[in-house]
Amino acid sequence: MKALAARRHDRRAPVVLLLLALLLTGALYAVLAPTSADAAPAAATADEVETGEKLFQANCATCHGPEATGREGVPSLVGVGAAAVDFQVGTGRMPLQMNGPQAPAKPAQFDEEQIAALAAYVASLGAGPSVPTAEQVDGSLGDPANGMALFRTNCAMCHNAVGAGGALSEGKWAPNLWETTPTHVYEAMVTGPQSMPVFNEATLTSEEKRDIIAFLDLQGQGAPGGLSLGSLGPVSEGLWAWVVGMGLLIGAAVWIGARSS
Amino acid sequence: MSMTHGHGHDGQDAPEQNGTAGSDVALREGEDAPEKFPNPGFGPHRPRRADVDPRADKRAERQVVALFALSVLGTIGFIVAYFAVPPGDTIASMRTSNLALGLGLAFALLGIGLAAVHWAKSLMNDHEKAEDRHAQRSTDQTRAEAVQVLRDGVQDSGIGRRGVLKGALVSSLALFPLTIALPLIGEVGEDWNVSKFKRTLWAKNKKLTIDPSGRPIKAADVTIGSVVHVIPEGLDESEAPLDEKAKAVVLLVRMDPRDIKSEQGEGWSYDGIVAFSKICTHVGCPVALYEQQTHHLLCPCHQSTFDVADSAKVVFGPAKRPLPQLPITVDDEGYLVAQSDFHEPIGPSFWERLR
Amino acid sequence: MSTTTAPTGGSKAAAATADYLDQRTGIGTAVKEFARKIFPDHWSFLLGEIALYSFITLLLSGVFLTMFFVPSMTEVHYEGPWPSANGVEMSEAYASTLRLSFEVTGGLLMRQIHHWAALIFMAAIVTHMMRVFFTGAFRKPRELNWVVGFVLMILGLAAGFTGYSLPDDVLSGNGLRITDGVVRSIPILGSYLSYFIFGGEFPGHDVIPRLFTMHILVVPGLILALVALHLFFVVLHKHTQYPGSGRTNANVVGYPLFPIYVAKAGGYFFVVFGVIALMGATMSINPVWNYGPYDPSPVSAGAQPDWYMLFLEGSLRLMPGQTEYVLFGPDGYTLSLNVLIPAVVVPGVLFSLLALYPFIEAFATGDKREHHVLDRPRNRPFRTAFGVSVLMAFFILVLAGSNDLIATHFDLSINDITWVFRFLFFLAPWAAFVITKRICLGLQRKDRELVLHGHETGQIVRFASGEYIEVHKPLDPHERWLRVQHDAIRPIEIEPAEDSRGVRRKGYGLDRMRQRLSQAFYEDRVEPVTPAELEASHSHGEHDALGSDQEKAPAQLISEGAPTGGGTRLRPQDETGPDTRNR
Repeated sequence: MKALAARRHDRRAPVVLLLLALLLTGALYAVLAPTSADAAPAAATADEVETGEKLFQANCATCHGPEATGREGVPSLVGVGAAAVDFQVGTGRMPLQMNGPQAPAKPAQFDEEQIAALAAYVASLGAGPSVPTAEQVDGSLGDPANGMALFRTNCAMCHNAVGAGGALSEGKWAPNLWETTPTHVYEAMVTGPQSMPVFNEATLTSEEKRDIIAFLDLQGQGAPGGLSLGSLGPVSEGLWAWVVGMGLLIGAAVWIGARSS
Repeated sequence: MSMTHGHGHDGQDAPEQNGTAGSDVALREGEDAPEKFPNPGFGPHRPRRADVDPRADKRAERQVVALFALSVLGTIGFIVAYFAVPPGDTIASMRTSNLALGLGLAFALLGIGLAAVHWAKSLMNDHEKAEDRHAQRSTDQTRAEAVQVLRDGVQDSGIGRRGVLKGALVSSLALFPLTIALPLIGEVGEDWNVSKFKRTLWAKNKKLTIDPSGRPIKAADVTIGSVVHVIPEGLDESEAPLDEKAKAVVLLVRMDPRDIKSEQGEGWSYDGIVAFSKICTHVGCPVALYEQQTHHLLCPCHQSTFDVADSAKVVFGPAKRPLPQLPITVDDEGYLVAQSDFHEPIGPSFWERLR
Repeated sequence: MSTTTAPTGGSKAAAATADYLDQRTGIGTAVKEFARKIFPDHWSFLLGEIALYSFITLLLSGVFLTMFFVPSMTEVHYEGPWPSANGVEMSEAYASTLRLSFEVTGGLLMRQIHHWAALIFMAAIVTHMMRVFFTGAFRKPRELNWVVGFVLMILGLAAGFTGYSLPDDVLSGNGLRITDGVVRSIPILGSYLSYFIFGGEFPGHDVIPRLFTMHILVVPGLILALVALHLFFVVLHKHTQYPGSGRTNANVVGYPLFPIYVAKAGGYFFVVFGVIALMGATMSINPVWNYGPYDPSPVSAGAQPDWYMLFLEGSLRLMPGQTEYVLFGPDGYTLSLNVLIPAVVVPGVLFSLLALYPFIEAFATGDKREHHVLDRPRNRPFRTAFGVSVLMAFFILVLAGSNDLIATHFDLSINDITWVFRFLFFLAPWAAFVITKRICLGLQRKDRELVLHGHETGQIVRFASGEYIEVHKPLDPHERWLRVQHDAIRPIEIEPAEDSRGVRRKGYGLDRMRQRLSQAFYEDRVEPVTPAELEASHSHGEHDALGSDQEKAPAQLISEGAPTGGGTRLRPQDETGPDTRNR
C-alpha cells in the first residue's frame, strides 16, 4: 500500500485513474445494459408479431387498411416504429373513438402484452423509432436544470411552463404532462403524434430527452408557496384574488358595517 | 338666490350658496318641482343585547380578550416557526416553512383586527351622532379679501409695471428644466440609432445552430415534421447576446417539399426545410406553437396564426404581415447556413420600418 | 368609569407629553377638531379602505423585499437549493429573487404577500370606484377627488406593471416585449420611445434598474402624495352618506372617529393584512422559478399579464390584423392600427370616459348644487346602466385575454371564442345597458307601488257587498322616506333657437347638444311618489288597496316614445309641447 501511496503523486496517476474509471464504466454498462434491453422490442418474437397482426386486422385495419398503408386523412403506419404504437395505443388515443379536432387520451383498450404485440407487428412493417429503454427514461439520471432550459425552448409554448397544458388553434390542445409516464413522454418526442412536431436525436439527444423527463418529474412535488392553483399563471391567480381575497374582505366589511345584535 | 330651474328644491335644506345656483347656459325656467315628503327624522334607537343584558356584555368582553390572546399566540407561533421550521432544501420543507410562518402572521394580525372590530361593534357606544355640513364655497367677503390680498402682493412686487422683468422671469423658469432634460434625453436612449431594428446577426454562410446548445444542424438530420429552434452561430460572442438573440431567433421546420405552397423568395428553402423569424410581426412575442399536421404556427400571446407552408402568411389573429423568411442553404459539409440576413426588418411594425 | 381624582403615574406622564406637544404644535386644536369627527357607517365605505390597507401591506412587504432584491441585469450563475436552476445563467435580478424566496426565511411569504396584496389593491380600487360611481358620490363638490382617485388607479396600474417585470423571468419578459411592440407602433416617435425605455435595443441592460426606480421610488411616492390628498378631500368634504331617516344634505350622521373608527378602521387594517397573509401562506403566486430567467427565445402557453392588465391583452387578441397600413407609397411609413387601436385607443376611450364622467353628467344635469346624500343606483337608471355597460366591455376584454384557458377548460376552439368575443364586445355592453336600465326603472316602479299601496299582508277580507280584498299595511314614515327621498331629475329645457323677433341666438347649438344629452340621461324616468299622490291613492283605494294602474295619479311613467310630450306627463301640456321644447 505504501508503494501505491507514493505513486499517488506520480504525474501519470490521473491518466491511470481515468483509464480505471473508463473501465469501470464500461464494465457497469456491460452488466446493466442487457437488463434494460429486456424491455426493448428487440426481443420481439415471430409469435408476438403474429399476435400483433391479428390484433391489428381486428382493431386497426378498418381505418389504416389491411396493409397499414393508410388512406386519405389516415396516416400510413409503415415506418412509424414501435414507439408510435406504444404511445398511441398505450395512452388510449388509438383506437380512435370518434372524429374530433384531435384524439384525446383515455384508458387504454389493450393490456401491455397486446400493445407490445401490436408494436412488434407495426415495427416489422418498416424501421422506425423503438420503445425507449428504462434507462433512457429514468429521470433520476437526468439534469433537471438542463431539462428546464430545453423544455422552455422546445415544449413550454404549447404545454405551459411546467407542463400544465395549453390551447392550440381550432379546438386542438397540448395536453397536461403531469400524469403522462416518462416512456410516453419520450415516445411523443421521437414520434411527433398529431399536432406535435418530431424531436429526433439530432434535435434533442436521448440524454437531453432524459433531462426533460427529470424536469417534469420535479413537477409532481407541488409548489413551494402552497397550493399551485393549477400552475396556469396570472389568470387563475387573478381569479383567486377576487374570489378568495375580495370575497373574504368584503365579507369582513359587511360584518363591520352591520349593526351588532 | 335659489335654484332657478326645476328639479325639485332639496327637501333637506341643502347648503345653498350664493352664486352657485343658476346655470351657464340659457336654460328655460322649469315648472315648479313636485311637492316632496318631509324627512321623518331619526328613527328609534334599538339597544343591543350587550346594552341590556350584563351577561351578554361580559361575554362579548371575553370574546374580545380571547381574540387578542389569539393574536399573541399567533406571534409566538411565528417566532417558533422562524427558528424551528427553516425553508430547507426541498420543496416540501419550503412549503412547510411558508405555511407555518404565514399562519402565525395571519393569526397575529386577524386576532387584533377581529378583536378591535368586535369591541367597537358590541361594546362601544352605538348612538349615532350628527354633525352639520358647511358649503365648500368661501363667503363673498372672504373671496373679496383673498382677491385683495393677491392684488396687494402684485402691487408690492410691481410685476404689472415691469414687463421686461416679467418676461425675464418667465423665460428663465421655462428654460432651466432643459439642464436636466437635455442630458437625460440625450443619454437615456444610448446612441438613439434606431436603424439597428433592421439588421440581425444573420449573414451569408452563418451556420444555423440549435438553441440553446449551439450545435450546428446537418440538413440530413432534420426529419420531416421536425421543428428546431435556431440561433445564429457565435451568438454568445457577440457584443450584446440577448439583444441579438431577441432579433435573430429563427424557427426551422422540415415538411414534405410537396406541401410547400409558396415561399417568400426563390430557392430560400432547402429540400423542404424552411426557416422563419420567430418574432411575431404583431407585437413581438416569440411565435413557436408549430402544429406539424396543418403547418400552422400559433403565437401564444395574441393567437396570430401563420401558415408555414404558404410563406408564413397570416391565417388568423391580429398580425398583418407574414413572418420574414430566412434564406437558407447547406455548406460543403452538409450543415445548414444562411444565404444572407433577412430581407426585411423582423418583428413588430414601426413607423419607419420600410424607409 | 375611572374618574378618580388622584391621577396615576401613567396619566400624569400622558398629560405632560400632551402639554409638551401642545405648547410646540398647538395639537390641542387639531385633536378637538378631528378626534370626534363623524363618519357614516356602511360596509361599502370600507372598499376604499381595503385599497389603502393593501397599499400599506405593499409598502411593508416591499421594504422587506428591497433588502434582498438586486435590480441588476448582470449575468450570474445560480447555485442554490432550487434544482432546476442550478448552474443556469441568469440575471442577478432573477437570481436574487430565487435567493430571497428560498434561502431567506420568511422571504417567500413576504414575496407572496406582496404580490397578492398588489392584486387585491387593484381589485379594491376598482370596486371602490364602482361604489363611488353607482352611488353618485363623485358629484359636486367631489369631482376633483374623483379625478385624484382616477389618477391613483392609473398609478396603481403603473406600480403593478413595473413590479411585475422586476424578477426578469420569461413571463414578465415577454410582457415587456409586448410593451416594446406596442410602443413601437406609435407613429413617428415609436422607435425612439422604445430606445428611451430600454436604453437602446430591447432588452438591453437598463430596463430592470429603471423599472426598479420607478417601482420603489417614483410611483409609490406619487401614490402616497395622492392618497394624502385623497384623504384630505374626504375630511374636507366630510363623507357622503346613504339616504335614510334623519340624514340630510346638510348633516352627516354616524359615529365619531375616536373611538369607533379608530377601532373599526384600525381593526380592519389588521383584517386586510391578515387575509393577505393567509393567502400568502397557502396559495402560490407568480412562481418565477417555473418560468425561468428571461431569454428572448422561449415563451410559455398561458402567457398573460396580471388580471388588471388582462383587458389590454384581450383587446390585442380581438383586433383583426388587416388594419395595418403603409402610408405615402409602397416604401412609406407604417401605421399599425392593428396595435394602436386595441392597445392605445380602446383603453384611452374607456379611461377618458371614466375620468370625465362626473363632468359629463353635471353638464347633462345642469345642476350646480352640492350633493352629500348618495343616490340609490336604481334612481339614476342612465348612470347605472352606463356603468354596467362599461364594466361589461371591460369584462369581455378580460375574458378575451383568457380565451386560451377558456378553450382548454371548456373544450372550445380559440378561433371560435375570438369570433364570438369580437361581436360580444359591441353587443354585450349595449344589451347590458338596455337590460340594466329596464331593471332600474322596474325597481323604481316597485318602490312606487310599495309606497302607494303598502305591504301585502296576506290577509283577505270580504266586504258585505261580497267583494274580496287583500289588506295592505301602509309603510311607516321611515320605510317610506327611503323610497321617496330622491329628486326626479328631468331633462333640461332651453330657450328657443330664435327670439321673439326671429333672430337666431348665439350658443343655441351647444345648448341643443346639451339638451339632447340631458334627454338621453333623464327622458326615461319614474318619479317618486308625492304626498298628493299618496293622498289620492288612499282616497281612491279605500276599498281597493291593490290598486290598478289606471287609478293611479297620472305621473309615474314618462317614456321617450311620447312624441308630443302628452299623455302621462306630470307637466302641463302647454309646457311640454314640441314648439316650446325646441325639439
